[in-house]
Amino acid sequence: MIICQSWLQEWVNPEWDTDTLVEKLTMAGLEVDGVSPVARKFTGLIVGEVESVGQHPDADKLSLCQVSDGKQSYQVVCGAPNVRAGMRVPFAMIGAEIIAEAGEKPFKIKAAKLRGVESNGMLCSAEELGLEEKSEGLLELAGDAPVGADIREYLNLDDSSIELDLTPNRGDCLSVRGVAREVGVLARKPVQPPPESVVEATINDEFPIKITAADECPRYLGRVIRNINQNVTAPLWMQEKLRRSGLRSIDPIVDVTNYVLMELGQPMHAFDYTKLEGHIDVRLAQPEEKITLLDGKEVTLSEDTLVIADAEKAVAMAGIMGGLATSVTKETKDVFLECAFFAPLAIAGKARGYGMHTDASHRYERGVDHSLQQQAMERATELLLEIVGGEAGPITEATGNLPAQTRVSLRFPSIPRQLGVEISNEEVVEIFERLGFGIAELNDSQVTVDVPSFRFDVTIEADLIEELARIYGYNNIPLGQGWGAQTFAQPKEQELEISRIRDQLVALGYQEVISYSFIDPALSEIVSEPDIEPIRLKNPISEDMAVMRSSLIPGLLHTIRYNANRQQGRMRLFESGLVFSRVEGEIHQVDHIAGAVMGSRNPKNWSNNSDLSDFFDVKGDVELLADLGRLGRELRFVEAEQKPFHPGQCARILRTDGTEIGVMGALHPAVQREMGLDQPVLLFELDLESLKQAQIPAAHALSRYPEVHRDLAVVLDESVSAGQISALIHEKAGEFLSDFRIFDVYQGDAVQKGKKSVALGLTWQHPSRTLSDDEVNAIISSCVNALQEQFNANLRN
Amino acid sequence: MGDTASLLKEALEAIAQSSDERSLDALRVQYLGKKGSFTDLLKSLGKLPPEERPAAGENINRAKQELQAAIEARKTELVSAALDARLQEEKIDVSLPGRRQSKGGLHPITITIERIKTIFAAAGYDVAEGPEIEDEYHNFEALNIPAHHPARAMHDTFYVSPGTVLRTHTSPVQVHVMENGQAPFRMICPGRVYRCDSDLTHTPMFHQVEGLLIDEQVSMADLKGTVVNFLQAYFEEEMPVRFRPSYFPFTEPSAEVDMGCVSCGGKGCRICSHTGWLEVMGCGMVHPRVLEMSKVDTEKYSGFAFGMGVERLAMLRYGVSDLRHYFDNDVRFLRQFN
Repeated sequence: MIICQSWLQEWVNPEWDTDTLVEKLTMAGLEVDGVSPVARKFTGLIVGEVESVGQHPDADKLSLCQVSDGKQSYQVVCGAPNVRAGMRVPFAMIGAEIIAEAGEKPFKIKAAKLRGVESNGMLCSAEELGLEEKSEGLLELAGDAPVGADIREYLNLDDSSIELDLTPNRGDCLSVRGVAREVGVLARKPVQPPPESVVEATINDEFPIKITAADECPRYLGRVIRNINQNVTAPLWMQEKLRRSGLRSIDPIVDVTNYVLMELGQPMHAFDYTKLEGHIDVRLAQPEEKITLLDGKEVTLSEDTLVIADAEKAVAMAGIMGGLATSVTKETKDVFLECAFFAPLAIAGKARGYGMHTDASHRYERGVDHSLQQQAMERATELLLEIVGGEAGPITEATGNLPAQTRVSLRFPSIPRQLGVEISNEEVVEIFERLGFGIAELNDSQVTVDVPSFRFDVTIEADLIEELARIYGYNNIPLGQGWGAQTFAQPKEQELEISRIRDQLVALGYQEVISYSFIDPALSEIVSEPDIEPIRLKNPISEDMAVMRSSLIPGLLHTIRYNANRQQGRMRLFESGLVFSRVEGEIHQVDHIAGAVMGSRNPKNWSNNSDLSDFFDVKGDVELLADLGRLGRELRFVEAEQKPFHPGQCARILRTDGTEIGVMGALHPAVQREMGLDQPVLLFELDLESLKQAQIPAAHALSRYPEVHRDLAVVLDESVSAGQISALIHEKAGEFLSDFRIFDVYQGDAVQKGKKSVALGLTWQHPSRTLSDDEVNAIISSCVNALQEQFNANLRN
Repeated sequence: MGDTASLLKEALEAIAQSSDERSLDALRVQYLGKKGSFTDLLKSLGKLPPEERPAAGENINRAKQELQAAIEARKTELVSAALDARLQEEKIDVSLPGRRQSKGGLHPITITIERIKTIFAAAGYDVAEGPEIEDEYHNFEALNIPAHHPARAMHDTFYVSPGTVLRTHTSPVQVHVMENGQAPFRMICPGRVYRCDSDLTHTPMFHQVEGLLIDEQVSMADLKGTVVNFLQAYFEEEMPVRFRPSYFPFTEPSAEVDMGCVSCGGKGCRICSHTGWLEVMGCGMVHPRVLEMSKVDTEKYSGFAFGMGVERLAMLRYGVSDLRHYFDNDVRFLRQFN
């Protein structure tokens, strides 16, 4: 909401400069978003009177005027179409300076010749004064404007528009009067009472009002005004106040209702009286009921929408917007003014539901003072009659279920308990009185207050404590230190901290990225398996952010591509976070960690070769991650075919108990090409919960006896996997096998095609004695025999 | 015995000439070996008259000793020369770069969250996490934001299905913890949150860290102490901090927290829009209705909650100028934090 400082000062004036006012409002919770001057900076402009207007001898569109400053007359050439003798206008005399934009050089008015005729100054439009973006002609001042007076003083232009960002609970401050009340409290200054207008009825016309929805509409006032003259505009002072409050002048009726809205915070609506049928009924919408609104949109109303209806149809969406059919037009002579209190719950969220937001709905859903309607109606009538004339009928009032007086108690001990500060009972009472709360009851243990009708946000003790804290000053509350009992951290040793995993990846050269959780459906397709149903957003921000990721891989590929397009050839990236899918209708959200590697194994360096990273580089990284939890040996890598991987370079990663912890492999070359990547990409994606599982170390005594080591080289079918060999050796090599590794795999000229030579290193150690050669030889032969039987292996050499 | 003297002279010259250990050893064998020249000389003593033999023998032995010593000395010389040569040969250019993996690194958001966690962990706060697809009850109603509430308009919400949303803040995690546990509570909830808003100053996904402390005797003074201590710890600076009344449906009293601009020291600059203050977090005393809905006894317990935007703290701390950098993931940007 924008508030005009000088208007505010009419209500309460603590003689604060703008900076102080801004600071006080902000620190009281009425946050100031910005302050702007209401006009350009200028000097030397006065109220001038156009004495005569003649034609310029050499230019059709220019007039030759005599303008008086009250002392003498000046010849001024003027191009405005609306210039006429007798009007009073802003007159920039010779020597005047106008600054169009802050920081720019002033524009100086000098004596000049226009088409050969001398001009001594300039007559100004509202645009030139900075009151309007674009003006058609001169700004016409009131007929009684004092000729010769300084324009800045006359129009009170040393004023500011202050933009307030009000929180939803402070609906009471959505008016000049509301902000004035707040300033009065802060400055301990009395606030001007609102104008007590009473307009006696001069005609008897009344329009019957019925309230069917008594909870939704506790109060509805109507008044008929006949024979108005719409061929006038609102006076400049009113237009200016509205403008400085961010409202454009439309026509006298809208201007008056807007004026009352800004002044008192009461939304009003005017109907064309002759277009209403029978009576007013405030009711809920009927099934499939339709209305065409003022903005021309036709809306089908939901049945929980409150409407103003006449005998035949809905004529307004209550508290939101009027209907087109009954709206006031240029031809309207008779109006029916509405001034109502609608319950916040009846309006809240409704406008949003229709994709609308109006000044009225903004106020009604936050709450309007339910005792205000009579006063607002009289005020509006008074202003309207002043401008458009006409005769007013009596006010018709109908009431529904009005809110009861709210009475709330504050227990004094709650104050130190909640705020951590002692405030004396006297000060507490004084603060509530300043805020306009009535003291209903007071004793040593508590105070009970009657909440004024404009503070509909105050209903419980906590609300009173907040008010107290706000006025006492948040910054006068001390900084506390002690709370609660000492607690101890409970680190779980069987669950790795994710930071351990991240740090390990960083040590392996991986760069962490954070990508959006919603991705392009096309990218999602790259990984989607038929049994995973991706989750679509109902209202995505754009189509390429429409689907919740079911895997971290699309985001990593997107990032790889983004960076590859920026000349990055070598990348090691990882991301962790939730992935989402719907399984049998249930939403699953699981923490994953995934990596992507592209480019050379090592950074380019004088001593390294430039071999590309391959499956085993990334597999090594995955093994290291799994080893963090000391469960590395229990991993199995099983051939798999899965999107988006290379069918011959993809493995599911399992624990020995069969739980799957993830998948890894090379990106399918077709996908790689489709993504425009010119190097292979290696990927892994792991379930974070599984990866976090860790074993608590269990120490055992060191053996004092020597290790026995044997190497074996066997030739076998290339289809036999290392995993199969390893499983067999572990089965046959006895319980004292302390280490086993495959230290060479050879395929080439020295072995038959379709075969490979595999070198195995075995180490044994007994905890309590030396193993004999015979024992070890027996084990070796049993291993060799088993390899021969199962895999048709031959001992090499 | 001219033979002995000339043989000795010849041998000493040869030793002095020898260039490596191997040739030196060959000389030792040639002169002192079982079939060496001096052995031959000793063997030839028998041909001398007996009275000359002792003197001749002694002469030969003395020459042998001299020769042995010369060989040892030469050997020491040669070993040392060989070592010198090797050292010379093994000299490297130590200014060449080392052989290494590239440097990885954490995302600045992760760095910031970890820093925040570290500070609160030392004050005894647990870290709680929760789902990002949330039901409306936990995201809104349980936090005192009913369906019609104007505050809902401030949370531009992504919907997955009617009643199911992407969480707009991490507060629902606190509700889950309160529902499933017993007071007292002391936790922070870091994580991703989502709002349907995208422009220069908003990304549709961002990160928050929210904190909650529920205990006996917890007041707004404690909240202020916590917030000020945290900010001064995070920025490693004793800047002023002020609390402005504000409104959040789930806290009352509520406050916005401004701290003195860390860029200009409060004098006013572009970063703080020339106000000298930076808005850094929101906080307040937990609303009694929120406690009641989560079955916390409001007569016994009270508490405070606070929440901050991680992107903003990281921006202020590291001088990031454009919010969009965070999720573009340009590695040239990310590597600045490695």
